[in-house]
Amino acid sequence: MTETNYPNLQGPVCPLPLQPGGQIVIGHGSGGGMTRDLIVNVFQKYLGNAVLNSGNDSALLNGELVAPPGYQLVVSTDAHVVFPLFFPGGDIGRLSVCGTVNDVAMLGAQPKYLTASFILEEGFSIDELEKVLASMRDACAEAGVQIIAADTKVTEKGKADKLFITTTGIGWAPVGRRITGDQAQPGDAVLISGALGNHGIAVLQARGNLGFQSDVQSDTAPLNHLTQGLCAAFPDVHVMRDPTRGGLATTLVEIAQQSSVTIQLDEPEIPIDASVRAACDLLGLDTLYLANEGKVIVILPEEHAEDALSFLRAQKYGEKARRIGRVIARSSGQLLLGTALSTTRVLDMLAGEMLPRIC
Amino acid sequence: MSLPSSEVFRSAALTRQLAGEIRQVVTRPWNIMEICGGQTHAILQYGLDQLLPAEITLIHGPGCPVCVTALESIENALQIAGQPEVIFTSFGDMLRVPGARANLFSARAEGADVRVVYSPLDAVKLARETPHKQVVFFAIGFETTVPSIAASILHAERNKISNFSILPANVLVPPAMHAILKSPDNRVNAFLAAGHVCAVMGYWEYEPIAAQYRTPIVVTGFEPVDLLRGILMSVRQLESGRSEVENAYERAVTREGNPDAQAMITQVFEPVDRQWRGIGLISLSGLGLRPRFKSFDALERFALAHQAVSESPLCIAGQVLRGNATPHDCPAFGRECTPASPLGAPMVSSEGACAAYYRYQRVKT
Repeated sequence: MTETNYPNLQGPVCPLPLQPGGQIVIGHGSGGGMTRDLIVNVFQKYLGNAVLNSGNDSALLNGELVAPPGYQLVVSTDAHVVFPLFFPGGDIGRLSVCGTVNDVAMLGAQPKYLTASFILEEGFSIDELEKVLASMRDACAEAGVQIIAADTKVTEKGKADKLFITTTGIGWAPVGRRITGDQAQPGDAVLISGALGNHGIAVLQARGNLGFQSDVQSDTAPLNHLTQGLCAAFPDVHVMRDPTRGGLATTLVEIAQQSSVTIQLDEPEIPIDASVRAACDLLGLDTLYLANEGKVIVILPEEHAEDALSFLRAQKYGEKARRIGRVIARSSGQLLLGTALSTTRVLDMLAGEMLPRIC
Repeated sequence: MSLPSSEVFRSAALTRQLAGEIRQVVTRPWNIMEICGGQTHAILQYGLDQLLPAEITLIHGPGCPVCVTALESIENALQIAGQPEVIFTSFGDMLRVPGARANLFSARAEGADVRVVYSPLDAVKLARETPHKQVVFFAIGFETTVPSIAASILHAERNKISNFSILPANVLVPPAMHAILKSPDNRVNAFLAAGHVCAVMGYWEYEPIAAQYRTPIVVTGFEPVDLLRGILMSVRQLESGRSEVENAYERAVTREGNPDAQAMITQVFEPVDRQWRGIGLISLSGLGLRPRFKSFDALERFALAHQAVSESPLCIAGQVLRGNATPHDCPAFGRECTPASPLGAPMVSSEGACAAYYRYQRVKT
């Protein structure tokens, strides 16, 4: 075995900057050459396009990049701090694109652009960063959006948790389209695009401390093609919202309060995969409060419910769509659950953090 | 075609059939206490109380482990968690239980290293991985959580993991049943015994209680069909004047229970007097470490200042835990006291009666 000869670094030596290996160092956030190298060699490799690569302080949108006449701008922003960064069915990159794309899409808008800011912790692996960026690239391609502005900062080790990504979404919707949380009307049907709780369980599972294995995959997905198609086919959709943190129950309580109505769910109709139900039973968690990242609640007049359901089931990410309830009355805002036993209970928002029961 | 067992025990047809049988059997008013908070949760989650005839009143028992953990234990937990060398670990439910001024979540926000674990063995593992830290596990719960806590102590002893300790706060069911039945304002006519506790301990130790107080005790599970079967068997006993221990949870419970788990508990722990939050001191109702394992007792390891603690004057948790009041009787319920800012422990855990009422019955339907 041969010994490598290292230079003797005792005593005065030339302060040649260390060549960064496979990890983020403070110098990557200096704004100088290392930052430029990181942007060109890593970020642009995956996310590059004509606007982003222009290298200006902001993106100039003109010509065909601007919303056409008769459309209004829709903007949403979202910070992503998921732990762990990689989980079955997704990662922070896919999540940071889909989360914001979906928020824009929920108003019936077509998302067009994203901006992204990255907070990197000193020591974070560049390999992992590249995996995240590749995943963002793929999600952007699937959703049909471009990242037109981006920023990178580096924190000292311990001042952030590997990687935080904030994305802002910009899209446009026809002037006059009003799909908002305050539009639910008595007589409306409530639909869900698929099974609930998979993202929440997949992330818990990825934390590796559940003590059992399951095959649950996160549902993280861009829903904009599905929602665009739905709005075009059913112009009188009243509400669309994605039941992310807080789950179906919290999201529907919000809608019930915004619209001043009572919504009644039919528990046996709520689609939940057997593996998710089993995990929830073991952990004492309620599936109705688990996060989803690729589902949409659709509220629309009863007479279109069956057609809308057929439409959703023919779409990617809508195959398991179900009708799960209806808006039954005007009220101060209440969510009821009719159980399989024909009893009724009130569902409330999730209070604080979701904690597993003890026994 | 056979259904998975969880579907059988949630079957709407079976549940309705059992509710019908209860209606046929009952002739007089009866108060039945379900001991376990998990049962309270399931009753309200499925709305089982709505299926019962008016003669049957369900009284929610003291079997919510976080609810009955003494205020003093929580104050001790906060003091220990606040020490810089400590990683304080607990079942998740315990983090939001209010102490006199703070809870473990707020301690964490102020910089304490407080972590949720699913098993005390995870805390031992953490202790091995972080030898420069003191890892303390908050040992709460009934006989269900004790075997894994005893196992964690034995595991730490065997592997010489000296930076692990527990804050002992475990409690036992039978002494609490004695306390309820002895109380002059007792209204309980029959008990649904907690199925998971009996899976560990068996039900032989309930036989003298049923005989002494002439009170039927039915070992009961947690699914709708289990619960209605337990209620039906209780009502049959009450209507025919019997007071026996019966088992309505045969698929999990035997009379003898799990002898290995019981042996492990006896090896590590011994009965001690314990304060129950809202109820008071019940003699020999808790478990403390035997002398051989005292080095794993966080109360011995950390010097703690004694502090006088008192409950919110608005909160009637004690009466709720004794079954003498329902959450709707409390003037603070749903106003000053909500799951987001609980005044008393029963509003914290989903097994707590107040939280279950808030969640499922806040607006009576």
